Amino acid sequence: MATVELRFSALPEHVRTARLVAAAVARRAGVDEAVLDEVRLAVGEACSRAVGLHQNSGISAPVKVALIEEEKQFSIEVGDEAPHAAPDGSGAAQDGETDVEEDEMGLAVISGLVDDVEVSTGQDGGLIRMTWPTTPPAAVVL
Amino acid sequence: MDLSLSTETVGDRTVVRVGGEIDVYTAPKLREQLVELVNDGNFHLVVDMEGVDFLDSTGLGVLVGGLKRVRAHEGSLRLVCNQERILKIFRITGLTKVFPIHTSVEEAVQATD
Repeated sequence: MATVELRFSALPEHVRTARLVAAAVARRAGVDEAVLDEVRLAVGEACSRAVGLHQNSGISAPVKVALIEEEKQFSIEVGDEAPHAAPDGSGAAQDGETDVEEDEMGLAVISGLVDDVEVSTGQDGGLIRMTWPTTPPAAVVL
Repeated sequence: MDLSLSTETVGDRTVVRVGGEIDVYTAPKLREQLVELVNDGNFHLVVDMEGVDFLDSTGLGVLVGGLKRVRAHEGSLRLVCNQERILKIFRITGLTKVFPIHTSVEEAVQATD
């Protein structure tokens, strides 16, 4: 069960909102302050990629973001509904070369930033799951 | 925060001061600015990133596009950046090898190689 779920229309102006919400929930979950910049950047990259995929495929469905607080870890899942090309490359690739390059650059940034990342794709869409360790909350100070 | 852009001519260099967040929403404005400068004959650009709070791969793509444009006219595109969190993005994407990155506008304006 996600701690916070977010659905937004696939528009570039909403990516910033997703970044801000993700960083706020990550902070609350106990993700180290020093890592919050990385969380913000990684979730922004994943959302930008999803927005681009929806726009290029003419999909009106929203982009989904799940912010999941678990014991000792915090995960973010960004899901799109764009049909992805099969790994053998036989799928219909409608993207222009630039889009493909930007898509790859976004994934390159995510893999450079996040140690624990899983990218899965299928006919019904793709999912990027990124996980960070959390530190137990300090004693409550009143 | 939105993106702020201002330009200034220093000798044969054009300094573009960027402030705010460069992301998938605001990057097209930066792209337009760089394209306009090159179309107007400004081929030696210095992009001052000291006021940038956030940069993503879309912004990197725009900077690479700017570099391609000025290079087509034997020009240059130099960056000014001291912020570790922004520099880190250039490092993990290997773009520190592509862009000359300076610590001050003065240094970038005087650089010749």
